[in-house]
Amino acid sequence: MTAIDTAVPGRKPRARPTFYFRYMVEPYLYLTPAILLIALVMLVPLVIGVSYAFQAVNLLRPFQSGWVGFANFEALWTDRKFWLALTNTFWWTLGSIFFQFFLGLGLAMLLNTQFHGKRIVQALVFLPWAVPTFLSALTWAWLFNPTIGPLPHWLAALGILSEPFNILGDPDLAMWGPITANVWFGIPFFAITLLAALQSIPHELYEAAEIDGATPWQTFTKITLPFLAPMIAITVMLRTIWIANFADLIFVMTGGGPANSTQILSTYIFTTAFRKLDFGYASAIAVALLGLLLIYAAILLVLRRKLVKI
Amino acid sequence: MSALRKSSPLAVTGKYLALGFYVAFALFPLYWLAKIAVTPDKLIFTEGTALFPSRFTFENFGTVLLATDFLSYFKNSVFVSIGTAAITTAIAAAAGYAFSRFAFRGKRLIVALMLITQMFPLLMIIAPIYKIVAAVGLLNSLTSLIIVYTAFNIPFATFLMQSFFDGIPKDLEEAAMMDGCTRFEALRKIILPLTLPGLGATLGFVFTAAWSELLFALMLINSNDTMTFPVGLLTFVSKFSVDWGQMMAAGVLALVPSCLFFIFIQRYLVQGLTSGAVKG
Repeated sequence: MTAIDTAVPGRKPRARPTFYFRYMVEPYLYLTPAILLIALVMLVPLVIGVSYAFQAVNLLRPFQSGWVGFANFEALWTDRKFWLALTNTFWWTLGSIFFQFFLGLGLAMLLNTQFHGKRIVQALVFLPWAVPTFLSALTWAWLFNPTIGPLPHWLAALGILSEPFNILGDPDLAMWGPITANVWFGIPFFAITLLAALQSIPHELYEAAEIDGATPWQTFTKITLPFLAPMIAITVMLRTIWIANFADLIFVMTGGGPANSTQILSTYIFTTAFRKLDFGYASAIAVALLGLLLIYAAILLVLRRKLVKI
Repeated sequence: MSALRKSSPLAVTGKYLALGFYVAFALFPLYWLAKIAVTPDKLIFTEGTALFPSRFTFENFGTVLLATDFLSYFKNSVFVSIGTAAITTAIAAAAGYAFSRFAFRGKRLIVALMLITQMFPLLMIIAPIYKIVAAVGLLNSLTSLIIVYTAFNIPFATFLMQSFFDGIPKDLEEAAMMDGCTRFEALRKIILPLTLPGLGATLGFVFTAAWSELLFALMLINSNDTMTFPVGLLTFVSKFSVDWGQMMAAGVLALVPSCLFFIFIQRYLVQGLTSGAVKG
């Protein structure tokens, strides 16, 4: 009740009910279902999940539960698999984002020009994005299988592999399998967002540049890139976080193997929870991953503020 | 743009080559999936890696549909995806409308909360969700999947719907309200018909997302009757990993609904994301 009084200082009392209704009640009539569901299904479990990291919660050992302080994190610190998964997460994310971004940018620039059959080409190149992830994963796993897939034979013919074997079974090469699948799956996302940004660049700028005799490279670096930069920064940041969390492809293609060579933190979380039913430890890994991602986002935001002075 | 149109034949050829590469890269895996699916079993080991099979058969599709549980997985997935898409779109349309049309107390906080849900690893809540769902007795039920997926998709769907509502002039419903409609009537009679494309796009996005979700479905479902398509396919693959033709036929079937929706939403994709993305 006091909230209303402070909210409308100096207004005529008659205006109050409508004001109160319009600014305090009516929006919430529309928002309540969304807020309730998000709170109950996501925010409350998030808090519980963080609390699990400080407990022993293992469904296979139901009688040894309770608060354990930082024991899970101490175990994590000495867990060789965790550090391996952390390194793998880094390479998985970097490799995926690098190829997704540059190939996506190339595609967006191509689609921003005029050519015959543009509509159909656009629909076809965006198609991988609609393919369910588990299916992309299975399809690529099959493509890498020498029995039914052509890729090992092609790689061998090109001299990249000594003989057609399945790279998903080779600890040194296995990570390239999920990365390839992820690049295939992720190019459309970058292409769509960057194409949208490209289309919002005013046309006159290019015409002016052409009149002034600018080379295509100059046009690209002086007009296109500066306009795209904010979009690039935000998409790359969000996408990095998303890819670091993205477990489906690796889980289906290799299950983290062989010898944990493709185990990333998110697949490690999932296998710990799903196969070992050790929810406490899984949550500890998840909290560690969340912490790392927050640090990453903070660094990027600070860098952006320092570099882009507006 | 115009610079490229006037440029040398070499550049034009290069452009079409590059486009050809992208199209080939995008389509090749799907072509391969379909190719193995129609290759007769006997020929798989001799012609498995040939570009074209010498004979076609649709036997694999028949086997998958009739002799396995895929039809039931398919039905479960359709139920879950349509349920999720319908409920999410209704809730997100309401929330998106509120974001678009009202300035109110706590708006920034709610937007921030919604953004947070998009940032943290969803796997973080897989253990608590499992425990909660088990405690409520909803393990192995499709209802639990619909509730969980709906919550996951609401934030994105809300921002999407908000951008569609933002594109409709406020004057329209203000005029209707002047004429004596309540706001809700104005929304129902005037604004909603105008956002039908937006509603369609949101339905499509959410349907596709629910259709492809794997990890939570794996965790929450382990009885064969309630398995969704991803879970069923993965179980099938790990159990009978030599029935290549059948697995790929099942894969092609899994592709059909998402591709249909994709064709439908494809044209709204760039527009929808432009308006949504520019606002950041």
